[in-house]
Amino acid sequence: MTSLFGPGGLGLALLIGFAFGFLLHRGRVTSCDVIVNQFRLKDYTVLKVMLTAIIVGGIGVMLLVDEGLAKYAPKDANLLGVALGAAIFGVGMVIYGYCPGTALGAIATGSIHAAVGALGMIVGAVLYALSFDWVKAHILNVGSYGKIRLPDITGLSPGVIFAGLTVMALAFFVWAERQPKS
Amino acid sequence: MSVSSIAQNVPQLAARRINWTPYLVGIGIGVLSWIAFAIAKDPLGVTTAYSRIAGEVAIPVLGAETVATNSYWKSMPFAFDYGVIFLGGLMLGAFVSALLSGTFKLEYVPDVWKQEMGSSVTKRFISAFLAGIAIMYGARMAGGCTSGHGISGGLQLAVSSWLFLAVMFATGLLTAKLTFRHLK
Repeated sequence: MTSLFGPGGLGLALLIGFAFGFLLHRGRVTSCDVIVNQFRLKDYTVLKVMLTAIIVGGIGVMLLVDEGLAKYAPKDANLLGVALGAAIFGVGMVIYGYCPGTALGAIATGSIHAAVGALGMIVGAVLYALSFDWVKAHILNVGSYGKIRLPDITGLSPGVIFAGLTVMALAFFVWAERQPKS
Repeated sequence: MSVSSIAQNVPQLAARRINWTPYLVGIGIGVLSWIAFAIAKDPLGVTTAYSRIAGEVAIPVLGAETVATNSYWKSMPFAFDYGVIFLGGLMLGAFVSALLSGTFKLEYVPDVWKQEMGSSVTKRFISAFLAGIAIMYGARMAGGCTSGHGISGGLQLAVSSWLFLAVMFATGLLTAKLTFRHLK
């Protein structure tokens, strides 16, 4: 990592971040309206982007891992913490109209209200850090199963799961393309 | 679907408008995650780095002592490292895309919000601020956001990330139903 585009791979970080931000904007998911309309089921752009990224990314990374060129790094399955956090996140995402990454992209394209929300995100991060000891002791340890993956709990191979996911996604895309545009 | 819609969008790509088909964008992000996993060894993610920046920003309010001894920030101290530079790159990429496409525009109240909630800037700012608090608190409790959990974790078939996606969409759908009630 030390030699990849400068010390600590920082040039690479800049490049990957740049491409990510560029793609988010070109895909219109840095638009608050597009995100809110996904949750209103009026515009399926967000799901189209995410499902395609998960399937294309996942099959590639699976092959890289098989070849020993990459390692999986799944996040801990602290079931209560993840479920509770995700529940709060979903409410926040609809009112804010952004998720944290698309919010940063939106700020860079002129969204002032995204910048105001980003100040809120700083406060949220601070509140979490200040309450971390309590959360860790009372929430993160409930239903804690470690770094488990769907193949571990279903007994299905990753290839089979991706095949199934691809079929379902294609069916969904066909359906979504037939929906009237809002 | 995807083949024909990609084909339809090719002339529009040349016209430099921001309506790349979402499938092409999804493929791009997928390929980017190959690079992130194989070369950078660091999956795409936003909120871990963001909360480390928040710790740095909070020093004038909380004091350096509080931040330095906090058990959460101690586990991931601030530095201009991969995750933080990535966020700078993200903003720069979106900025350049907006400039090239001529779509950079100051927005105070988004359209859909305006139609349902009215055009009050104060109301929008307060809502965005409070929702910003909620989304980051939730992301940190869950251990990631739409990028770190949704995309990077989803593509690894992590149980935590698929749970995150399911619950996040469920409460999001419910919130949209309750808050955007009058809009057609």
